[in-house]
Amino acid sequence: MADLHTVNKSPFEKNSLEAAIKFSLAGSSILLIEDGVYGAMKGTVAEDMVKGALGDRKVYALKSDVMARAIKADRIIDGIELVDYTGFVDLVEANDKVQAWL
Amino acid sequence: MKLAVQVNEGPYQHQATDSAYHFTKAALEKGHEVFRVFFYHDGVLNGTRLTTPPQDDRNIVKRWVELAEKYDLDLVLCVAAAQRRGLVDEGEAQRNGKDATNIAPKFRISGLGQLVEAAIQADRLVVFGD
Repeated sequence: MADLHTVNKSPFEKNSLEAAIKFSLAGSSILLIEDGVYGAMKGTVAEDMVKGALGDRKVYALKSDVMARAIKADRIIDGIELVDYTGFVDLVEANDKVQAWL
Repeated sequence: MKLAVQVNEGPYQHQATDSAYHFTKAALEKGHEVFRVFFYHDGVLNGTRLTTPPQDDRNIVKRWVELAEKYDLDLVLCVAAAQRRGLVDEGEAQRNGKDATNIAPKFRISGLGQLVEAAIQADRLVVFGD
């Protein structure tokens, strides 16, 4: 059973990304939206944690929120896929449940 | 697929309501059914018709109304949250002796049961908040 976990907080502000990674099961997906997209950046203290999750989970970031924060594509951790709102809808459809880590 | 959306934050304070709007719009444009959008806590502030944002800013309330008109969306404000924050429709004005209403068209005020029903009826419930 695959779940979609949405994270809308910066990992430097709250521990919701850490919680989402800790509680999500292998095969599930994590979507970073709003300030959550800061967790997709290379070279931060959260990078190793996110890379660890990429082993058996998929990690996505909402493209418009990445661009709104002036994070360039080459600063995104390898393996993280950028999606638009249509991609967000597709992820909701593809997974059995959606859990928002607010 | 049948979706339900919950919005917990007010407009212009946090991005949650913008995210919820863009998600709902994308889902409808993809041909999905959105069974209901339920506004909870400060989210009820999305439903006042009296806002006047600057002309060069997005009009969040109007945007919801226009989406609801186009797709016949069910926009529901939580009654307890609405009473606390002064969101009033005809029924609430009569019941509580208020001299005015401020609810935007296409919005209605109802109870938490509507959220529970949406969660049961829809295939997925997507929550936006702070």
